[in-house]
Amino acid sequence: MNSAPVTGRVGLRHQSAGIRRNMPQPVLEVRGITKHFPGVVANRNIDLDLSPGEILAVLGENGAGKSTLMNIIYGLHPPTSGSIRVGGRRLECRSPRDAIAAGIAMVHQDFQLVPTMTVLENIVLGVETTRRGVLDPATAERDVDELCQRFGGQLDINLQAVIDDLPVGMRQRVEIVKALYRGARILILDEPTAVLTPQETGSLFQIMRGLRNQGTGIIFITHKLKEVPDVADRIVVLRQGAVVGHARPGATTEQALATMMVGRVPSLTVPKTTVVPGPPMLEVDNLTVHRDDGTIAVDRISFEVNQGEILGLAGVQGNGQTELIGALTGLRPVSSGTVRLNGRDTTQVSARRVGRAGGTGHIPEDRHTHGTVESFSVAQNLVLNLCNRPPFARWGLLRLEAIRAHARRKVADFDIRTTSLEQPLGSLSGGNQQKLVVAREMRDGLQLLIASQPTRGVDMGSVEFIHHQIVQQRNTGRAVLLASYDMDEILALADRIAVMFEGRLIGLFPAAQVDRNRLGLLMSGIPA
Amino acid sequence: MPMPNAQPWPVAALQTAVALLGVALLGAVLIAVLGYNPWAAFAGLAEGSLGTERGLAATVRKTAPFVLTGLSVALALKAGLFNFGAAGQFLMGSVGAVWVGIQFQGLPVWFHLPLALAVGIGSGSAWGTIPGWLKVSTGAHEGITTIMLNYVAALFAGWSVFAGSSLSTTRPGPLWDPTSGPVSASPDVLVSARIPWILGPPLRIHWGIALALLTALLMWWLLERTRFGFELKTVGAKPLAARYAGMRSGWTTVLAMTWAGGLAGLAGAIETLGVNHKFAPEFGGGMGFEGITIALLGQGHPLGIVLAALLFAVLDAGASKMQFNSGVPSDIIQVVQALILIFVAAPALATWLLDRVSRTQRASAAAAGLRA
Amino acid sequence: MAAFTQSTARFAAGLPLLLLAGAFLVEYAPFADIQPIRMLFGASILNFALRATVPLILGALGGILCERSGIVNIGIEGMMLAGAFAAFVAKTATNHWALGPSLLLGTCATLLTGAAMGLLHALFCLRFGMHQIISGTALILLSMGISATFFDRDAVAVGKFAPWPVPLLSEWPVIGPLLFNKPPITYAALLIVAVVGFALAHTRWGLRTRAIGEHPRAADTAGVAVLRLRYLNTALGGALAGLGGGYLVLEAVGQFQEGMTAGRGFIALAAMIFGNWHPVGALGASLLFGYAQAVQNELLLAQVTVLPRHFVAMIPYLVTVIAVSGLVGRVRAPGSLGQPYRRETET
Repeated sequence: MNSAPVTGRVGLRHQSAGIRRNMPQPVLEVRGITKHFPGVVANRNIDLDLSPGEILAVLGENGAGKSTLMNIIYGLHPPTSGSIRVGGRRLECRSPRDAIAAGIAMVHQDFQLVPTMTVLENIVLGVETTRRGVLDPATAERDVDELCQRFGGQLDINLQAVIDDLPVGMRQRVEIVKALYRGARILILDEPTAVLTPQETGSLFQIMRGLRNQGTGIIFITHKLKEVPDVADRIVVLRQGAVVGHARPGATTEQALATMMVGRVPSLTVPKTTVVPGPPMLEVDNLTVHRDDGTIAVDRISFEVNQGEILGLAGVQGNGQTELIGALTGLRPVSSGTVRLNGRDTTQVSARRVGRAGGTGHIPEDRHTHGTVESFSVAQNLVLNLCNRPPFARWGLLRLEAIRAHARRKVADFDIRTTSLEQPLGSLSGGNQQKLVVAREMRDGLQLLIASQPTRGVDMGSVEFIHHQIVQQRNTGRAVLLASYDMDEILALADRIAVMFEGRLIGLFPAAQVDRNRLGLLMSGIPA
Repeated sequence: MPMPNAQPWPVAALQTAVALLGVALLGAVLIAVLGYNPWAAFAGLAEGSLGTERGLAATVRKTAPFVLTGLSVALALKAGLFNFGAAGQFLMGSVGAVWVGIQFQGLPVWFHLPLALAVGIGSGSAWGTIPGWLKVSTGAHEGITTIMLNYVAALFAGWSVFAGSSLSTTRPGPLWDPTSGPVSASPDVLVSARIPWILGPPLRIHWGIALALLTALLMWWLLERTRFGFELKTVGAKPLAARYAGMRSGWTTVLAMTWAGGLAGLAGAIETLGVNHKFAPEFGGGMGFEGITIALLGQGHPLGIVLAALLFAVLDAGASKMQFNSGVPSDIIQVVQALILIFVAAPALATWLLDRVSRTQRASAAAAGLRA
Repeated sequence: MAAFTQSTARFAAGLPLLLLAGAFLVEYAPFADIQPIRMLFGASILNFALRATVPLILGALGGILCERSGIVNIGIEGMMLAGAFAAFVAKTATNHWALGPSLLLGTCATLLTGAAMGLLHALFCLRFGMHQIISGTALILLSMGISATFFDRDAVAVGKFAPWPVPLLSEWPVIGPLLFNKPPITYAALLIVAVVGFALAHTRWGLRTRAIGEHPRAADTAGVAVLRLRYLNTALGGALAGLGGGYLVLEAVGQFQEGMTAGRGFIALAAMIFGNWHPVGALGASLLFGYAQAVQNELLLAQVTVLPRHFVAMIPYLVTVIAVSGLVGRVRAPGSLGQPYRRETET
């Protein structure tokens, strides 16, 4: 897959020294960091510099080692070898405490906030102010307010709110305030835009620029090429754990960066043939679904998915998509409304019956919690939800020969890299695990494919493969419902796009009528 | 909470061997600290359990209930449940089997014995089902409910053969044998409900051991070859994945506890119908926590459980001889069992300890070398 | 903890008030001679209830410290048994001392042994990666085995803690003798409930403890030493559970018997859950279970013959089963309970 190395194809590597010369003394110097995990080299000999008042974008696809590198800088992982200097002093970083003491703060991709505690409690956690041994929330609150005022309203939060009740964008704001409250000179943002709409991303970038102007050095990790030129002063590209190139925004192109990231010229678009959609396969009418806590998650939604069509379900995480798909697949009870599959009413059927009917494939949002069992073998995982019916079971007995034959076929057809069918699934790479789920759900006799975040957290090669498979299903006349938080994935694959906001469907358009900007506004709840 | 993971068998066997080595080492140290001779203790243990005909017979006899309680805990564990209730299920199985076994004079063996066994299994199953059902319908943790039900079962079993009291007007229990006088015990089980001997008295080995081994085989088949086994393991490994896959996880959970209870109940039935031929409250002792250690020591695999049960039978059968020969109190077996549990559940501990020991030895050897 | 402020708090406050109201009735109301009322609210049953509550609440507090920091503690029973045995050994070894110092030494022994058991639990779980429920089970087995092996059945402990009447307060009618004329560990237990409750909510230690129990990674990235705090809290919890066992020897019974905790550790665990992992809630639950034991005791004393004594003796255990079964959606365990925390999870 990775043919000839294309290191520094844009030819900027030799300039990096020149760039550095004009900068003030770097606040962070990373030298020769190498990190081995059992069986994997996550980082190899990485050098990195960050100056005060600079935004450095670290670009790389999933699995390139970006997060590992940042976790090393932040003291979460000890490096196998290499050194880190902060402000010229060597940092012996054995835990985040050391990093925090050195002025490093990190906003993790999966926010590190205690969900049951308040915003204020989360901000002060670890650096509490006390008076005679008792917490002093009043002083802390005053300090935080003061801090937020410096940003003129961009960072306003209700300090008494409980994290669980906050939307994703707000939680990120809490994380940033938390970092500032610790007096960070170096701020690491790990994939901060993954969960944001373009508008929210814009305001995040404003905050970042504000911080830069106050002298904070920022490392901005992303795999989204489009965002980088907007905000970065400098770009470093990582591939397979190593630095493969440096660039400056304005002096490079998206295509060139993508080539560096992937190691070959990637296809940025998915080829689609024109298909005339058939009659509706899935009809959803006035559907209402509640969350576990009794609040409304899906509010009177109606749409249909036609045969030979991909309906993209766009929206920011937490706007009811998970519950909607749960209801469609029998995992969550429907409160009111109807669901019809191929003309038959399937509103209240259980997951067991949906599975038994056999026509619906469901790629679950999170394969770790739902889709797979890591300790089971590849073959077992390939029949996880099929083992209750022929040919894999008869009279309550498993038919091992049929299970093995099925596994052999799927492993070959879907290019699942495994040493044997008996290998525990947990030892496969993330991309291969996801391909296994996709392979299982694209079953014989498929009528409707429900794919939720089908490519989250997998490498670009697997992404292309999975996208190709989904389009293939559509081309052969199956109906596909594709839910994704990644707007680019929706734009690349969908024929029609439905946008969910706070449980409502606030737009349903042919894909050709929507662009990035409009979609982003819709996802923020602004009907255009 | 992630369950202890299944390992490929050579790794598991090696780990277990290392763990047992660690236990033996620590046990020897403990005995020495108490002021006894470890070698005499080990020798007594071996002699009492394997060295004589009678000892060997006692070991075999004890293996059967240990296999079954181990399987009971292991089955529940596969479904992600902690069955601390084997003791109570064992007692209910005993009482149920005796209840059938002491009545129905004149029934043929081929009908009476299976009936008594079945009622024993059924009583254990019913007792196991309660915590399973409570877990599914109300979320009550089975760790607490099974323990509480152990106490309830012990009181119930005690009442069933209660001899009455001169202090109060409380009536005797329904299974009490009036001919036994003030002793709380049931009458003898009818001959038609007894498990036949393989070797009669004084060795007293009965067919229960064969039944236990057969059950182990059956459980392997259930787990590896049936759809129910696959669903049970999925529910145990990841309940959400089971739900996603359309499995009835609640149903599977209840059923797993039913089966687990049945296995422990069968152990109780075998002990009363095969060995004691009656029920008295003191026959229920132990059998609860041992099951947990045996299940883990056997790595949850039926064959491993058989071997682990054998080891426990050796400890049990040899304990009194050990005390007689070396003076080490037989209660120390309980400590040894705890150490086995610890070392098996934390392989890292055994490796760490052995590493320490070998390092100290090397160091002292080096020191000796220096001095020489 | 919104759930706590509602049902659990109402319950935790309601039960003691109900019992006290009953006690006043028995004292002053004209119909106090009615036997069942006297039996259910008389001084005898309420004193017994409090005596049965003390080991339960101490055990439950031990569980809370441990589980609020994210470590399952099913080994309370073992910690209590070890504490009881240590108290007995220390007491019998110093029988020839004056009573006060001897009992003090017993108390120290019980606290230290409990803490050692807690530390062992933490070590097994955190250092050697043992499954937390299995580690708890191992602790129970270990203390059963050790106490049986080393128990000198001829030894007799001489003396136990006597009541310390609180000046003035102990003169109050009804409440005085019930609450203010008790031996020291009883006072200590009630005081510790208040201290732990306050500290969890309002101190740095409490904030960090709650954080590592809910989301250890978030706490770690915020600079909290997760493992160190877990060791500390498990040891503290072990000490409290141990004191619960020591109470049986030093204050309630005065002697040791094999297996004398008799499932109290598990009932304490149930009390912790029923009290929603909150000290005050756990106190209410412990009182409920202690009261159930007292009812059993009164019924047995009164020679009630409608039920065989075996069935009367089942009451505390059945009440516990019913209590933990009636909680759907009412309690919420700490978020990371039972999950080992490792920094390096990605590969």
